[in-house]
Amino acid sequence: MSFVSEFNALPLTSLVKRSREVGSAAVRESLMKSSPTLTDFAHLISPAGADFLETLGRRSQQLTQQRFGKVIRLFAPLYLSNECINNCKYCGFSRDNPILRVTLGVDEVLREARALAEAGFRNVLLVAGEHPRFVSNHYLRDCVAALHAEIPSVSLEVGPMETADYRPLVAAGADGLVVYQETYDRAVYSEMHTAGPKRNFDWRLETPERAYAAGFRRIGIGALYGLADWQYEALCVAAHAEYLLRNCWKAYLTISLPRLRPCAGEFEPLTHVSDRELVQLVCAFRILFPDVGLVLSTREPAKLRDGLIPLGITLMSAGSHTEPGGYTGAGKEHLHQTVRGRIVQTGSSEWATNGDGRHATGQFDIADQRPAGEVAEHIRRLGYEPVWKDWDAALTA
Amino acid sequence: MSPANQPLVIAGRIFRSRLILGTGKFSSPEAMRDALAVSGAEMVTVALRRADLTGRKDPFANILEYLDPEKYLLLPNTSGAMDADEAVRLARLAAAAGLPKWVKLEIHPDPRYLLPDPVETFRAAERLVQEGFVVLPYINADPVLAKRLQDAGCATVMPLGSPIGSNRGLQTRDQLRIILEQATVPVVVDAGLGAPSHAAEAMELGADAVLVNTAIAVSHDPNRMAVAFKQAVEAGRAAYEAGLAAAQDTASATSPLTAFLD
Repeated sequence: MSFVSEFNALPLTSLVKRSREVGSAAVRESLMKSSPTLTDFAHLISPAGADFLETLGRRSQQLTQQRFGKVIRLFAPLYLSNECINNCKYCGFSRDNPILRVTLGVDEVLREARALAEAGFRNVLLVAGEHPRFVSNHYLRDCVAALHAEIPSVSLEVGPMETADYRPLVAAGADGLVVYQETYDRAVYSEMHTAGPKRNFDWRLETPERAYAAGFRRIGIGALYGLADWQYEALCVAAHAEYLLRNCWKAYLTISLPRLRPCAGEFEPLTHVSDRELVQLVCAFRILFPDVGLVLSTREPAKLRDGLIPLGITLMSAGSHTEPGGYTGAGKEHLHQTVRGRIVQTGSSEWATNGDGRHATGQFDIADQRPAGEVAEHIRRLGYEPVWKDWDAALTA
Repeated sequence: MSPANQPLVIAGRIFRSRLILGTGKFSSPEAMRDALAVSGAEMVTVALRRADLTGRKDPFANILEYLDPEKYLLLPNTSGAMDADEAVRLARLAAAAGLPKWVKLEIHPDPRYLLPDPVETFRAAERLVQEGFVVLPYINADPVLAKRLQDAGCATVMPLGSPIGSNRGLQTRDQLRIILEQATVPVVVDAGLGAPSHAAEAMELGADAVLVNTAIAVSHDPNRMAVAFKQAVEAGRAAYEAGLAAAQDTASATSPLTAFLD
């Protein structure tokens, strides 16, 4: 049985109600449990749970250090392409956004990867919009194969595929796949995704299972906070993670907690998660899942990221760019716009609503702009070891 | 002066310390190096996935530079491997990179509890022994598997006390007793030893050595904790060699009631 059936049967209404109305006695009881359940998680992320933030933090820190040690693993996103056939209201890459687009050639991807390796990264996440014409499965396979020889760990965040289409990517050396459901609220999902294959909620929801069947070793999931009620989203992510831990037992699972950032299209978030609530959420995820990796990106500002390091985060990006060619300027000579799947040479930057006209447009603005080395140094100052290499290509040869 | 404990001998190599240390989870490579130094350990295990095996001296994967091969036997481990093929591949790479031809064989496909896969571990052990490796397999406390691995030519067996990093001590005590009773190679109790008392208990049971990592690495004071484990291991071994009195449920008079018959 896929997660879709389980998801449809989840008592989400009552869990959300509980997480809104529960009192401090129930929170205290949930905090005492050695094996908390989804109901306990609802208590921990409740407004009443917010009063226990320091206790949550201490518990989360202890569990994280016990399981992961005093280390923070580092990775960098490498954007291959910002072409996309989907229209997602909150995403800068949406097909109708008049942005400067480019798809890097494999040699350009390699240049970008080498720049990241120079900065220390041994774990790279390849990101691309969903566009079969520009970002074909063969192209992705070629990118993975080229990088696998030089970068120990290569993961992907690309348009969902069938299991059979994932297999060649695993064979080429990709070890991880990241796919965010964006929102687990079907009505909001439908409203946000106005065109393209991404409109299919269930197909996306089953993606981690297909990735596991294809042999991916690391699977990342998450919701994009700012679209639907955050407690609802978190409960769904937790239920999804529980399902994957049971059914995809050989995969190492990570959960990301991205909050919406400004992007082309100037979408305003529909809901809000405060910094305090984000911290509460990180701690609650850690208490529910002591063994799951928790990921924090450069979407968040430096001060908050630094504060979250001792509270349960295990994997961080650093020095990130969200535009293809961002690390080396690769691809800037073939920037263009894409209209109905066709390349349009703009000749000037007048169409570009976001950016300086000399670079491809990024997916969203990053908040922590410190270079990777500076982030690593700060991790050290906090008493943690920044770990760049935690995987060997021999494992995925 | 108290007599020294007997040395530990694995595959013909003599170790005065019966404490083996892991190198993960420390807050810095310097903290790791210092804790190893005061622990008295002579064998340390390193996850190959953390190390640079290309020979390029990668400054971003330089854990090996903090481990003096003159001082320690570096025991590469195959953590991260999900099956025999991957573990064998990693072990070969490590040997090719100039590391000792010893391997702590770890195959745990379940990333949550990190419990070892007995089938894949046995398959890999057979192949690595044939290739001339000194193989130290990490296993669940399964006496039959321990015997099979001994018969296959492994240099030790390394049964777990409880899951890695759990700090729960000797949850597998009864099975460990059987493994120890039947062992023809040194038995190293590996994983789950969260307190020096756990290590002492393992040694008192007759374990030949223990392997500790998390309890030292995440301690507020790794150096003091390393010393505490060192002392516990020495005390436990001394007690074992001295011969512990058997425990019993009732009191036993120190003046025997039947002494009048003598």
